[in-house]
Amino acid sequence: MNRSISKKILSRQKSNWKEEVIKLALVASSAIAILVTAGIVFSLVFEAVRFFDQVHPLEFLFGTHWSPQTALRADQVGGSGAFGAVPLFAGTLMISLIALLIACPLGIFSAIYLAEYASAKSRNTIKPILEVLAGVPTVVYGFFAAIVIGPFLRDIGNSIGLDVASESAIAAGLVMGVMIIPLISSISDDVISSVPQSLREGSLGLGATKGETVRKVLLPAALPGIAGGILLAASRAVGETMIVVMAAGLAANLTANPLEAVTTVTVQIVMLLTGDQEFDSAKTLAAFALGLTLFVITLIFNVLGNWIVNRYKESYD
Amino acid sequence: MTDTIHPLSRGALPGLTARYRKEKVFKHIGLVAILFSLSFLAILISGIVLKGYGAFLKTEVMIEITPELYDANKGSSFTLLRKATIANLPAVEGRKERRAAYGMIGEGSEELLAEMPPVTSTVQIWLPTSDLVDVAYKHDLAPEFTDILTDKQLVWLEGWIGEDRVRTRFNAGFLTNGDSRDPERAGIGGSFIGSIFTLLVCLLLSFGVGVAAAIYLEEFAPKNKMTTFLEVNINNLATVPSIIFGLLGLAVFLNVFGLPRSSSLVGGMVLSLMTLPTIIIASRVSLQAVPPSIREAALGVGASRVQMVFHHVLPLAMPGVLTGAILGMARALGETAPLIMIGMVAFIADVPGGFTEPATVLPVQVFLWSDSPERAFQEKTAGAIIVLLAFLLVMNLAAIIMRKKLEKKW
Repeated sequence: MNRSISKKILSRQKSNWKEEVIKLALVASSAIAILVTAGIVFSLVFEAVRFFDQVHPLEFLFGTHWSPQTALRADQVGGSGAFGAVPLFAGTLMISLIALLIACPLGIFSAIYLAEYASAKSRNTIKPILEVLAGVPTVVYGFFAAIVIGPFLRDIGNSIGLDVASESAIAAGLVMGVMIIPLISSISDDVISSVPQSLREGSLGLGATKGETVRKVLLPAALPGIAGGILLAASRAVGETMIVVMAAGLAANLTANPLEAVTTVTVQIVMLLTGDQEFDSAKTLAAFALGLTLFVITLIFNVLGNWIVNRYKESYD
Repeated sequence: MTDTIHPLSRGALPGLTARYRKEKVFKHIGLVAILFSLSFLAILISGIVLKGYGAFLKTEVMIEITPELYDANKGSSFTLLRKATIANLPAVEGRKERRAAYGMIGEGSEELLAEMPPVTSTVQIWLPTSDLVDVAYKHDLAPEFTDILTDKQLVWLEGWIGEDRVRTRFNAGFLTNGDSRDPERAGIGGSFIGSIFTLLVCLLLSFGVGVAAAIYLEEFAPKNKMTTFLEVNINNLATVPSIIFGLLGLAVFLNVFGLPRSSSLVGGMVLSLMTLPTIIIASRVSLQAVPPSIREAALGVGASRVQMVFHHVLPLAMPGVLTGAILGMARALGETAPLIMIGMVAFIADVPGGFTEPATVLPVQVFLWSDSPERAFQEKTAGAIIVLLAFLLVMNLAAIIMRKKLEKKW
């Protein structure tokens, strides 16, 4: 009797092919994530290598002239195009820096207020509203930057005698800064909140005010985590497309003046790939070389940022 | 005796007042930072609503048609429209003025006249005005909005307004029409349907795979280097710039697989790759929240691990999984850049009828219109943004309600 039951159970476990199929399907599903990454890397690298056959990688990375027009006819003069991407890198850097200059102080001070001063009730209402800023589609920010902020800055510039282009680095950077405030504030908030209560109490017990506690105890303790958050925000800013396409301009200017129009890596990818052209031209392939650069840069930022944030979170557990 | 200072009072500790002042300032800087973000959001939304609400309205003008006029132009509603326009304006002289007069009435009016029953006595019919007149009338003939009208057109419009022949009505066409080169006929119907098709594909492809991957990682995966690699991989995928996914779609889905360009099928596929990590991460969090006691109880009464997951753990985690899926879909709905890469940025006048037909989506429509030189399109752009934001609001509210109603506290 007993033996027959255990035999039955054994046989059931053996013939459980259905469960094996389900498990295989689960494994296959998670393998898709790796497949996607592999797809990204291979498609970018493959097309970028074809591009570097035509344009030398050093010329691409360090050239200062960007005008990707290729010849319509083979015998056309001066139609080979120039693919020096430095102006694009400079533009991307400038707009991201402006965005971070806006978002870092605002985000960190918001986080300090929410973590240390706000009541639980106001915290619970303010946080989701701040998150809305991160949920607004970027095309909406782009429209707002182009229609409202750009002309507004130009008018202000005119009234004090500055020449602000209607499509300027500063308009795009400002709006992008607002977009990444929630990212910085929520990570900083988490990091500040995870500083152990004993540190806070020790400082307050010695007679420090709340602000002094924040400045002298909490912020130094939380700084690495906040820095990680800023790296993640920087990666968002570098990869952002629609705001800069709509508000920053298309001309590849190599300038240090934030009031002028500049262009970015993402804008040029969009410009190179919209409209019909043959897929083999250097112009189209250049988009993939830019995409590869963008992917590598954001990947470094993200891996570093995630590593710092996670390492830091664990250190107090 | 009474004027001795207590050793712990403010006066006794040097600089305490200054420190308290600093404390107050520090606290208020934080408050100002938050208020800045909140007021930016308020300005953004109110600015767009103010700019865009006009897109839901259209301006119409009353035109009188006499039976004589009708009979004389029976064959062509186009000539009838032109003759009727002239007849309803005072003293139109010369070719230039006639052309200006035709420019007062909106595109598509002749179709309304063609559908009109035969005229036996004088009838009054409301016709849409052209976009120029529409913009001027909606802004109460403010000078910066009338400079595109000729002087004569402005005088005529003032005359019509004086005779009380102009009205604004709800513009249903804005919600149902496809895109058009004429601002008065352009609508978001096509891009709205395109968005729905694209999201459907995205949901079908990413939901099942995402939940399955999350189940594997949470419930079955052994703790080894391969699993860690997978986790890091998924976390990084979630932060890859969206435009890179567009490049992948272009290189693989369009050029290698040869799938139809501009179609909502490819759009949905690209977006599903983007939402996959979001769904996996959200599903893992809600699987983690199911207490181990449930798993142990299921295993204790003889369920296999697969039964345990699918009969007990997954149903309990479902509210969180669905909330994550909705939020992932909301992100996909607002995405523009990767769809531009795969050609959904083309001008498409027809409402798409299937997954493989050329389509566009709401945010791309916003991008397209924001580039148009006609001033009337600015209002349309903001109007389309209002619809997009409303759509997003509904999805987010659904996610919040679902989380509140269904989530269990253990």
